[in-house]
Amino acid sequence: MKEQFLNQVKETLEITDREINFEDNFKEYDEWDSLNLLSIIAMIDEEYGVTIDSNTMSKITTIEELYNIIESNK
Amino acid sequence: MGLLKFSDIGITGMAAAVPANTIDNYNYTMHFPTEDVKDIVDKVGIKERRFAPEGMCSSDLCFAAAEKLISDMKIDKSEIDLLVFISQTPDYRMPATSVLLQNRLGLSKNTAAFDLTLGCSAFVYGLSVVFSLVQSGFIKKALLLDGETRSRIYSPKDRKTAFLFGDGGIAAIIEKNSKFGDSYFSLNSDGSKENYIKIDGGGYRNPSSEDSVKEKIVDEHGNIRTDEHGYMNGADVFNFVISEIPTDLKNLYEFANETKDNMDYYVFHQANSYMNNYLAKKLKLDTSKVPTCIESFGNTSSVSIPLTIVSQLQNELKGKKNKLLLSGFGVGMSWASSILNFDDCHISDLIEL
Repeated sequence: MKEQFLNQVKETLEITDREINFEDNFKEYDEWDSLNLLSIIAMIDEEYGVTIDSNTMSKITTIEELYNIIESNK
Repeated sequence: MGLLKFSDIGITGMAAAVPANTIDNYNYTMHFPTEDVKDIVDKVGIKERRFAPEGMCSSDLCFAAAEKLISDMKIDKSEIDLLVFISQTPDYRMPATSVLLQNRLGLSKNTAAFDLTLGCSAFVYGLSVVFSLVQSGFIKKALLLDGETRSRIYSPKDRKTAFLFGDGGIAAIIEKNSKFGDSYFSLNSDGSKENYIKIDGGGYRNPSSEDSVKEKIVDEHGNIRTDEHGYMNGADVFNFVISEIPTDLKNLYEFANETKDNMDYYVFHQANSYMNNYLAKKLKLDTSKVPTCIESFGNTSSVSIPLTIVSQLQNELKGKKNKLLLSGFGVGMSWASSILNFDDCHISDLIEL
């Protein structure tokens, strides 16, 4: 489940050249921008039925935190 | 709930006008690096937009569309008893642009005329107002005009909005006729989200001043605008649309005793391709029934639904009966959806001005 989410984030951000980790600050990725923010929101809505508002998104940094928000809103 | 039902009223003809001045979005690079522009344009899917040249107003586009429609449909102007003009870019702060258009179009002094000021939801809202006046009164023909020069509202130096918006104007004739059967509307609003899309300055709360027209850097990305430019929080708008619109459509189908699959076409406000594609996917729609014109004209606010109908469904509506779902959503936040029957609707050729 956690592994699957990591893959989904990787795919959504179109990261192909490396592995990513739960502890990563995804906002520091080169691939991260306001357009990919929409892609992440859409992916989480589609896959988990959870909508994450931009205020919540602005407060978190790691993929783990993102995952925990989904878990607590499911 | 803002649910409405009408009987035996419909749109009998439509026309649209866009400025001939075409912006190639991939080459709209005076303020940003070419590769950044490509990323944005690829994602929003807006290849071209039309910008009204200096001196051209929303009303001029609507005037051209109305004259063409009236002439193509051979309408006797004395039969037009109601004129409603929809825009958030009117000619003046007063008087209302609809009143000026009554005179320009040579309509009778007995014409009821007023403006409606909503954004992306306004065409559906406007239709519901016109339908209700036609239903309750002795109006032979109603003229609904809807125009925007959204290109002037946003800063070309704010990447969140610089590549999205375009200009256009439409005209529609609405009449009573038993061939139309029943139509249904759902109207909604949520002012707690007023700052999702907004212009802070230049109204009466924060009047125009030397400071309000000064360019400022507004975020960590270095985007630049004045207080009299519009701004948009794209992620919040996206969330709003993907959660509210499916709910609204569900309510509307239920109210109308209809099903999704009974619709011949689904015409959505053209916000940007990314959002529209995601919405269609989430609603599990057959994309061949979701016409779009976002690639060619960008986001024209309230004009985008009728402009999609005029530019994409001319042949499809001619001589045929069709059931359309319309859904507009945006600034306010305000959103409205409708199920309407079309029956041999006249669509004039698109005008370039």
